[in-house]
Amino acid sequence: MELPTYRRDPESQPPVHWPDYVSNPGRAPKRPLVLIPQRLTEVTGPLLGAERVGPHDNDLTIQHPGEPLGQRIIVTGRVLDGDGRPVPDTLVEVWQANASGRYHHAGDRHPAPLDPNFSGVGRCMTDAAGRYSFTTIQPGAYPWRNHHNAWRPAHIHFSLFGTAFTQRLITQMYFPGDPLFGQDPIFNSVRDPRARESMIATFDLSATVPEWALAYSWDIVLRGKNPTPVEEEDDDD
Amino acid sequence: MTESLVTTSSQTVGPFFAIGLPWEDGPFVVAPDTPGAIRIVGRVLDGAGDPVPDALIETWQADPDGRFDHPDDPRGAVASGFRGFGRCPTDVNGRFEFVTLKPGALPGQAPHIAVSVFCRGILVRLVTRIYFPEDNLDDDPVLAVVEPALRQTLVASAAPYGYRFDIVLQGPDETVFFDV
Repeated sequence: MELPTYRRDPESQPPVHWPDYVSNPGRAPKRPLVLIPQRLTEVTGPLLGAERVGPHDNDLTIQHPGEPLGQRIIVTGRVLDGDGRPVPDTLVEVWQANASGRYHHAGDRHPAPLDPNFSGVGRCMTDAAGRYSFTTIQPGAYPWRNHHNAWRPAHIHFSLFGTAFTQRLITQMYFPGDPLFGQDPIFNSVRDPRARESMIATFDLSATVPEWALAYSWDIVLRGKNPTPVEEEDDDD
Repeated sequence: MTESLVTTSSQTVGPFFAIGLPWEDGPFVVAPDTPGAIRIVGRVLDGAGDPVPDALIETWQADPDGRFDHPDDPRGAVASGFRGFGRCPTDVNGRFEFVTLKPGALPGQAPHIAVSVFCRGILVRLVTRIYFPEDNLDDDPVLAVVEPALRQTLVASAAPYGYRFDIVLQGPDETVFFDV
């Protein structure tokens, strides 16, 4: 039986070494990564199911007795592979700062208010068409100490598994027109402009809810499969 | 023919993933009272030798028969209900711990556990493998492409509770990381 293999797409990915991000030089490995062919371990992966998702996990605005402050938004989109095929029944995890730009985390020292009605954590499973949807609050930008007057553009963290170890992805979704993009070393670590822009969601009027919430759509693309070789012998090295 | 789409770029997990990603049962690939359960304990260290207190470690492995809980395993999925996946954030001392079963050998490969490392400061996922000291590692095709002097960074050491495996991000004892 022919095992699938997954295309590498290095142009779309940030480098291991990116010193503009000041905590990178002390942590990034110095030796080059060792390229290995994909075998069974890499082309299989955890298929985590609905048991990981609780009843209010895809609506971050109803997880507490009161409503969180901020602009309600719906974030929706599809999880696809590199050939545009939907990835159904896959776990999507998100976490984010609140409307003031503060995370519900003891280590976040930004002196902006916490919101007792917002934890900033969500989970859902994609449906049969690879679609996901979260209702949440527009996250605020926040300062960090990377360089003088450094601010992170507003973003939502996303974690995805796909169906194979090689497809595992942790990324961030950004919002269109953010004036902070130019000075952010994390966003700009992606050198390919097309890939960089594909991290930015689109305002989606059709997904807004009148009198209730704005909406953004954002598709996530996991690595695609290589075409199965037809005649060539797999030399297995 | 469909046009290839640009793969979404990786971005750092950042310092605050602990609000959402850790699961109570994450480090327990199997329940601690499972017959044959082992503990794998280690630390993540940075280039200065300091512990990395904000890393997320994930593991993926075959069951004791060498099978993956996945439909692409050509030998059929595991019978045991063994999940094979673990997730553990490091603590203030950079320490992580998993409770699991030792994986069996795969066709042509020595028993191993695939490991993903995510942390603040790193924009991509780092991938490594845990091998076991008692196994014959001479014919493993992945270890074969690693410089011999560096192979020991991929081999756990035996400990009374199971195995010890430190992950050194940078420096003379730097762990070998793979591009998969």
